Amino acid sequence: MPRLLSRTPTSSPALRIAGIRISSFTNNNNNKSRSYATHPPKARLNLPTDFSTTALLHHSAKSAQADPELGPALRDGSTSRLNLFQAINSALASALRSDPNVLLFGEDVAFGGVFRCSMNLASEFGDERVFNTPLSEQGIVGFAIGAAMEGAKAVAEVQFADYVYPAFDQLVNEAAKIRYRAGVNADKQGCGGLVVRMPTGVVGHGALYHSQSPEALFTHIPGLRVVIPRSPSQAKGLLLAAIKSPDPVIFMEPKILYRAAVEHVPASDYELPLSKAQVLRSGKDLTIVSYGTPLYTCLDAIAHAEKDFGCSVELIDLRTIYPWDRPTVLESVNKTGRAIVVHESMVNAGVGAEVAASIQEHCFLRLESPVQRVAGWSTHTGLMFERFNIPDVVRVYDAIKKGLEY
Amino acid sequence: MPTYRILDQDGNIADKSREAPAVSDEELLKMYNDMLTVSIMDLIMFDAQRQGKISFYMVSAGEEGIAVGSAAALDPRDPIYAQYRETGIFQHRGFSLADFMNQLFANKHDPGLGRNMPVHYGSSKLNIHTISSPLATQLPQASGAAYAVKQQNAQNPMDDPRIVVAYFGEGAASEGDFHAALNIAATRGCPVVFICRNNGYAISTPTLEQYRGDGIASRGIGYGIDTIRVDGNDILAVREVTARARKLALQDGGKPVLIEAMSYRVSHHSTSDDSFAYRAKVEVEDWKRRDNPITRLRKWIEAKGLWDENKEKEARSRLRKQVLEAFKAAEREKKPALSNMMGGVYSRLTEEQEAQTDAVRGIIEKYPDEYDVSEFEGGLNSLKLEEARKA
Repeated sequence: MPRLLSRTPTSSPALRIAGIRISSFTNNNNNKSRSYATHPPKARLNLPTDFSTTALLHHSAKSAQADPELGPALRDGSTSRLNLFQAINSALASALRSDPNVLLFGEDVAFGGVFRCSMNLASEFGDERVFNTPLSEQGIVGFAIGAAMEGAKAVAEVQFADYVYPAFDQLVNEAAKIRYRAGVNADKQGCGGLVVRMPTGVVGHGALYHSQSPEALFTHIPGLRVVIPRSPSQAKGLLLAAIKSPDPVIFMEPKILYRAAVEHVPASDYELPLSKAQVLRSGKDLTIVSYGTPLYTCLDAIAHAEKDFGCSVELIDLRTIYPWDRPTVLESVNKTGRAIVVHESMVNAGVGAEVAASIQEHCFLRLESPVQRVAGWSTHTGLMFERFNIPDVVRVYDAIKKGLEY
Repeated sequence: MPTYRILDQDGNIADKSREAPAVSDEELLKMYNDMLTVSIMDLIMFDAQRQGKISFYMVSAGEEGIAVGSAAALDPRDPIYAQYRETGIFQHRGFSLADFMNQLFANKHDPGLGRNMPVHYGSSKLNIHTISSPLATQLPQASGAAYAVKQQNAQNPMDDPRIVVAYFGEGAASEGDFHAALNIAATRGCPVVFICRNNGYAISTPTLEQYRGDGIASRGIGYGIDTIRVDGNDILAVREVTARARKLALQDGGKPVLIEAMSYRVSHHSTSDDSFAYRAKVEVEDWKRRDNPITRLRKWIEAKGLWDENKEKEARSRLRKQVLEAFKAAEREKKPALSNMMGGVYSRLTEEQEAQTDAVRGIIEKYPDEYDVSEFEGGLNSLKLEEARKA
C-alpha cells in the first residue's frame, strides 16, 4: 500500500528516495505554522490549540507529580518534557527493559519508525527483539498473535490505522476470539500479550488514507480492548498497562499529537487503568464525552461557552473506548442532564451512537435536551475539506449552546 | 516437482536400491492403530451426524497418513497449528476417545466449553492450539509462534529445541495469509514446518481452478524456503520427510520448511456437503480401491509379519466398541454451565457483561416455560453473578 504521507516533512521525519531513507528529522519542535491551515482573520472560536498553555497538559514537573492518578510513588521522582512520540518511545523502552518477552515489530520499526516512536530501540535491545517485518498487515498481526500465543508480549505496529483493514480478519476472528474458543486452555493458549499500535486521526493533510479513526470498527468486537490516549503522560501509562494487560489491546495514537503535545512525564514506570474514564473538569450543566485529540477542541469550546453563556460544563476523557467506563459517564449525565459526544470519526454508527444510546437508556428521566453527537460527517476525509469535516471549536460551542437553550 | 515416496501402492520399497526406513515395530503398530482409530471414529461420527446426534462432522478419510505420519516425527512439545482435517495428530499425541467425544457433543467436559463447532479440537497439554474455522489464519500465527519459540530455545539452551508446525489444505494456500506467513517466516528465520495437504479439492473446487502453477510446493522456492513434495498416502515417506524438515528447521539459527503432501479427499468435504454433485462417484471409488494410506501401511506390516487378517478383525471390532462406549458416555453428560456463554471473552467479565448476565437470567426467570436450562450444568444458578464471574 502507498504510504505517501509518511514521507512528507510535517508528519514524518523520513523521506524515501529510490529505496534510500533520508532522515529529515530535526527535533521535537512544535510545528504550528502550516501555510495551508491558517484561520480566517476575524475568527474568534476556531483558533489553533495552544498546546503550550492548554490545561490538558502538565506544564511543570509539579503538576505531573501532583496528578493523583499517577500514584504517590511518582510524587518525588524526576520528570522530563516529552512529546507524544517520545513518551511512547519511553514506554516501549521500559517495557523492553523490564520483560525479556517483549517484542516490537512492524514496517520500518527498526530505524526508529516513520513517526520516531521506536527511535534507538533496535540498537539498545537488539534486532532480535526490535525488527522490521515484510510489508503485510495481515502478516504482522497474524505473526504477533502467534508470538503472543507462545507467551511473547508482542507489540506490533501498523504504520497507519488506515492500513489496518488487511489485518481485520486476524483481529476480529482470531485475536478477539482466541481466549474464548480455547476454553479451559485459555490461560496457556490465549493471546493476551498482544498490543497492536497504530497512528490514527487527522493530521491536516492526510486525505483519505492517512486520516482515519477506525476505532468504532473495533468497539463492535468483544474480546478486544481499544485505547486512545490524549497526551504524552497518558500515552505512557496506558501503553504500559496495555502491554501488561491479559487481553489483546488495540492502541491508537493520535498522530497529530506526536510532536504537538508536549508535557512533563514522570521518568519512572507507571500504569493508568484500562476501561476507566477520567473526569477532566467538573461541571453541573452539561457533560461532554470525548477522547484523543478532540478533547483539546472541547476544552477551548468550553472556555468560550462558559464565558458567553455563564454555564458550567463537565468534560470526560473515555481513554478506553471499549470496554468503556459506562458508570462514570452515566453518573455525570445523571448529574448534569445534558450530554454531547465528540469524536473525529464519522457520526454514523460511531462511538457516539453507542454512548448516546446508553445515556438515553440509563439517564432518560434526567435528560433535559437530546444527546448530541459532534463528529465527522458521513463522508471521507477529502484533502481540501478536512477542516469542515472534523469537530472544531465552533461545532462543539454551537452544540453546547443548543443543549443549554433547548 | 517430483514426489518423494518410500513404499509403492503394494506396500513394497519403491526404490530397491535403498534400505527400509528404521522404524521400530512398536511405532509402526502405533501409527497403524492411530490411522485405524481415526478412520473407524470417522465412519461412526459421520453417521451420528446423519442421525442428528451431533450438529456437524468432518472426516479425514484418505489423509490419515499425513496427520499421523508427520506427528510421529515431531517432538510432543512442538506446538501445532492445524486446519481441521488433521484428527490423526490429536489421536497420535494422546487425545482419548472420550476427549474427541466430549468436544463433538460439546458437553461439560469439552475443553472448548461448548463454544466451538464439532471437530474444532484443542489441547494445551498436547501442545495443539484450538482449531478455528477461518482458513489459513493459523499460518502467520505459526510463523510468529515459531519466532517466540526460537527466542525460548535461545534462552533455554539446556532444553531440547522446539519447532512449530502448521497444517493447511491446498485451497487455504490461496489465502493472503499463506503468502504473509511464508514470507515473514523466511525473512525472520522462523523454525516452522508448513505442511500442505493437497487432496485435490477445496469443497467443490478442483485444483485446476485453485492454481495454475506446479502445486503449492513450487511456491516455497519463490519465498526462499526449502521445499519438498511427498506422497501423502505413504506414511513412511511423510514421517521421514517431516523428521528431516524438523532438523532442517533448527539449522542456521532457524528457518522455515514447506512440505506438500499429495493425497486425495476420498470423503465428502463435510457432513454439509454431497461431493457427488461435483465429481464422479467412480473417480472416488477408484481412489479408494487403488490407493489408501491405511492399506498401504497394512501391506508393509503384514509383510514384516507384524499384522494379519485376524489381528485386523480383532482391532476393528475392539475400536468400534470403544468408540461407541465413549460416544454413549459423552452423549449422557450435561452441557457446560451457561456462565460460559459470556465468560472467557476477556480475562474477567466486563461491567457491561455483568449487566447483560443479569439480563439473561432475568429473561429466563420471567419466561421459564420458554427456555430449557436443565441440560446445562448448574442450570440457571450459573448465571448468578458470583458464579458467572468464575467462568
